[in-house]
Amino acid sequence: MTIQLRTIANARCGDKGNKVNIAVFAKDAKDYDILLDQVTPERVAAHFKDLVFGEVKRYEVPTIYGLNFVLSEALDGGGSASLRVDNLGKCFASNLMRMEIRGG
Amino acid sequence: MRKVRIGAAQGFYGDTIEPAILTAKYGDVQYLCFDCLAELTMAILAKDHAKNPSHGYTKDLTNSITCLLPFVKEKGIKLLTNAGGINPIAAKDEVMRIAKELGMDGLKIAVVTGDNVLETLPAWYEQGMDLSHADTKEPLVLEDKNWLFANAYLGVWPIVEALQEGAQIVITGRTTDPAQFLAPLIYEFGWTKDEWDKLAAGIMMGHLLECSAQSTGGNYSGDWEGIPSMESIGYPIAEVEESGEFMITKIEEAGGLVSFDTVREQLLYEIHDPSAYITPDVVVDLSEVTLTEVAPNTVRVTGIKGKPAPSTLKVVMGYEDGFLGQSLMGYSWPDAYKKAQKAQEIVMQKIEMQGNPFEKLQFDYVGYNSLHGPLATPPSEDINEIYLRIVVKAKSRPLAQAIQRYLPPLALNGPPSLAGFFTIPPRQLLGMWSTLVNRQLVEQHVQVKLEVVS
Repeated sequence: MTIQLRTIANARCGDKGNKVNIAVFAKDAKDYDILLDQVTPERVAAHFKDLVFGEVKRYEVPTIYGLNFVLSEALDGGGSASLRVDNLGKCFASNLMRMEIRGG
Repeated sequence: MRKVRIGAAQGFYGDTIEPAILTAKYGDVQYLCFDCLAELTMAILAKDHAKNPSHGYTKDLTNSITCLLPFVKEKGIKLLTNAGGINPIAAKDEVMRIAKELGMDGLKIAVVTGDNVLETLPAWYEQGMDLSHADTKEPLVLEDKNWLFANAYLGVWPIVEALQEGAQIVITGRTTDPAQFLAPLIYEFGWTKDEWDKLAAGIMMGHLLECSAQSTGGNYSGDWEGIPSMESIGYPIAEVEESGEFMITKIEEAGGLVSFDTVREQLLYEIHDPSAYITPDVVVDLSEVTLTEVAPNTVRVTGIKGKPAPSTLKVVMGYEDGFLGQSLMGYSWPDAYKKAQKAQEIVMQKIEMQGNPFEKLQFDYVGYNSLHGPLATPPSEDINEIYLRIVVKAKSRPLAQAIQRYLPPLALNGPPSLAGFFTIPPRQLLGMWSTLVNRQLVEQHVQVKLEVVS
């Protein structure tokens, strides 16, 4: 069964220069394993391919069931230079929640 | 066991001060700390300063200080803020003025300067210092651009010095956000410069407080509808032990929620590598952090480790990068999206016919893709309305403004059922350059000055 990431994860994003980080959280260890397995940096990069033009790195913080994604060249030059409505990347986390994954 | 209680007062320039007033009344805090400076804020303040040399600090300082000074007087609460922005001296003068008006003779106010390196920059450049971009490693070409500001991120120690000199209010320019919150802990507990785990814990306590309600249910991505009384949301309060372990909580008199979920979302906010969050005071390792709900609206934070501070400071510099001009106009059902697409086509043709003078020209559909861009799901045919946003980047302000002339004729000359023209004044765009410099070069010029209201 395919589900949207939003059904098993919470997420918050923030900006720094032309980078955005998205922290994605599972409710428990079981769902965290699903995130680890399926929400890979490669898939996140593919998901954002028309919005993010640099590399995507993933970091793990298992004690809080969190994955942290750092997206480079993500903000049209950065908050004060961007023409985008979402110039600070405040909606990147919700945008990632569209991703389709295989449910547990 | 001795504990220090610190309250968050403001999370950005423009944040409401009401929750900080409630914390001052009911929160039993010794310190209220502000973070007023996002990266974008420095750009805004640099523009203010360019227009008027006595500006360049966050102007809501006047209201915040007026509201909170009575608590400084009655309860001995100390205030720490980086509201000075580009112009900390002017911010200090403003606080002195308010304190005098309120008759607060004897009040001690400190100001920290030395973060502003704009005037030093040409000399560094000519000496051949490495000022390449911290991320892209691209070399800096200084003469290419018109630089508006350049500020180093200072750490906590000048703020500690101000407290040691007896300051009740400390105003800085570009000190790091969490430094405002860490400083009282070092001052109260006597932590030393190499107690890395304690410093790291203090930094993360500051990190959890520096964005105000983002730790108490604001911006929460989970069950946001279940956050109690968002209209009167409280700001977080930290209760810190000498060991560095701390709890995040809030007052009962305010709304919001402090839970494992709301706190962990803020813990990684704007963090890159969680095992190496670099600050001027310590490199923080969060990889074994634990959060425990110990009581309603109370989360205990443990397991934070620290590594030695870096030998460099981050400097962020901003340069003029043209102007943004934009307009919005709405189309209604039926075929709202098709009508807006037709309008885009007409505007593009008209611009091309006259020789496109813009550096960039973009269109968004508000109601469809203005927030999620190319990932948004295309609207169904029966969408009720859609706004076409046209946005340009232009070399000058008048040219950016000129984009607004293309839209009104469409009211009679284009697709039907158009209403709602929104013209927004053009604004200057700023490019940002961040680089790392030897910290001694900056820190040798840092000054802490104390003034007494009389």
